[in-house]
Amino acid sequence: MKILVCISKTPDTTAKIAFVEGNTKFDENGVQWIINPYDEWYSLVKAIELKEKDPTTIIHLVTVGGADTEPIIRKALALGGDEAIRVNSISNDSFSVAASIAQVAKEGAYDLIFTGKETIDYNSSCIGSMVSAMLDLPFVSLATHLELNGTTATLKREIEGGEETCEAILPIVVSCQKGMAEQRIPNMRGIMAARTKPLKVIEPTSIAATTTIKTFELPLAKTGVKLIDADKMDELVKLLKEEAKVI
Amino acid sequence: MVLIYIDQADQQIKKSTQEALSYGAAIAKQLGTTAEALLLGNVSDNLTALGNYGVTKVHHINNVQLNTFDAKVNATVVAHAVKKLNATVVVFAHNINGKALAPAVAVKLEAGIVTGASSLPDTTNGFVVTKTVFSGKAFAAIQIETPIKVISLNQNSFGIHAQETTAIVEILDIPVPAPSIKITSVDKIVGEIPLTEATLVVSGGRGLKGPENWGILLDLAKSLGASTACSRPVSDADWRPHHEHVGQTGIQIAPNLYIAIGISGAIQHLAGVNRSKTIVVINKDPEAPFFKAADYGVVGDAFEIVPALTAAILKSKASA
Ligand SMILES: Cc1cc2nc3c(=O)[nH]c(=O)nc-3n(C[C@H](O)[C@H](O)[C@H](O)COP(=O)(O)OP(=O)(O)OC[C@H]3O[C@@H](n4cnc5c(N)ncnc54)[C@H](O)[C@@H]3O)c2cc1C
Repeated sequence: MKILVCISKTPDTTAKIAFVEGNTKFDENGVQWIINPYDEWYSLVKAIELKEKDPTTIIHLVTVGGADTEPIIRKALALGGDEAIRVNSISNDSFSVAASIAQVAKEGAYDLIFTGKETIDYNSSCIGSMVSAMLDLPFVSLATHLELNGTTATLKREIEGGEETCEAILPIVVSCQKGMAEQRIPNMRGIMAARTKPLKVIEPTSIAATTTIKTFELPLAKTGVKLIDADKMDELVKLLKEEAKVI
Repeated sequence: MVLIYIDQADQQIKKSTQEALSYGAAIAKQLGTTAEALLLGNVSDNLTALGNYGVTKVHHINNVQLNTFDAKVNATVVAHAVKKLNATVVVFAHNINGKALAPAVAVKLEAGIVTGASSLPDTTNGFVVTKTVFSGKAFAAIQIETPIKVISLNQNSFGIHAQETTAIVEILDIPVPAPSIKITSVDKIVGEIPLTEATLVVSGGRGLKGPENWGILLDLAKSLGASTACSRPVSDADWRPHHEHVGQTGIQIAPNLYIAIGISGAIQHLAGVNRSKTIVVINKDPEAPFFKAADYGVVGDAFEIVPALTAAILKSKASA
């Protein structure tokens, strides 16, 4: 069993969101970087759980980014995984990022390719779907559960108002979310081991970007909360009806 | 031509499709072209009535295999249809199936894609689509550089625009590849509106102290016809089912009304609800961060306020 886990570097969930250079770039000043929570908590830990069941499993991590992503990759390797591959490309065009991952995936002949549900910065939820199309593999999105039986995977995925169970023959691409695995914290042994795990850097095959970010913008601040006395609920109902017009 | 994907489940067109159709029709108008829709599989809805949302034609790929969703199969079929029909803009709802499908379709068409669009594209100079980024904390305006453009629309961000017209239905013949997955069962919570499609949501946090106290919240939801949600610690403690968990790591929603009861308003919680049109916060702590993101606030004990609010709603409904 060979698993490829896609890892993305994102700002911490509490990071201040601001932009510089005429609102064309994210202000990285003072920002703490983390492994995208969906990648860490669900896809990576799920891969580790599978390896614990079958120790012959090989886990590779892949990230697309500059050298500044390496501390994040080491953090991921501290949780688990045998080696990591960094595709040396800085891009926020999902198409090019997916193409770089697909390039790695093709060479490695993986049985399972995991992504998180989305990244918490660009929220595009594109990579899993794109990689599956580039490799012509089945794609199960927003998975909450996965079990293997030989080369058959049984998965649960979220649907509107419920869950769907399906079976697929490996290899497949899966996007992972809550339910898939239990969040873990790395231990000292893992952190030590991560230092010496191989981290390969490869160059991307050039691909033209299909999109370009022009500008960023912050939403208009709320004009301020209107406080209503706790004993005047009739007034709140009236405001919701006549002012907000939502009920 | 602008082609809009019709999403269905259980042979019924999803509500988010109506919004996607309205959005696609508005883009077509802006570009001086027509809007047409694409249906895979069979539905019980009246297809000519989709004209109400501004499409002139519905292309129907009438194949029972397509009644269930298979991302790989659907992406192949949709991409083939786009080429055959010569569509230049393809629109999806940014819902569960849309997220699985639209990026794969974009790959097959070598098209640029913007997912989670929040408004109409700016076509005055190129094709620039604005989307939400950083979990609703910012917007990005993104230029699509390719001849074909793929867009998925954030739910509840454009609205449904309807007027009486009818669409022509045409059968479209596209080969359907063999299934890539086998769906073995579907579990749906019956009788509830899926949270992502709800227009009114009542949500509870740790301030409600325990699952035994949820009755007052459920009564309020019932009086409004609202769906229920909760904060992460509430679902982690199994006070409420996991599918109610909203926020950065749960479901992201954008209802017309979000009532937050006993929720502090942590940044990760706000990330899942900050696109709601109107936010009401009920919290005993006047310093709770949620008040900064609220439109209306009530400071006080939820155990007194919530039943009083329910009574006021029922009274107002009775007199209407
Ligand atoms: C990476 C990460 C991701 C996260 N993702 C999410 C997420 O997706 N969703 C999410 O919700 N959280 C998430 N969290 C957790 C988040 O930071 C908060 O801890 C959580 O939202 C707090 O839940 P709460 O508001 O219910 O509880 P608390 O913060 O404990 O707040 C309870 C509130 O109830 C009020 N209260 C108490 N008694 C009463 C009363 N009688 N009447 C009225 N009000 C009362 C209190 O004043 C308080 O404001 C995440 C955290 C991290 C680090």
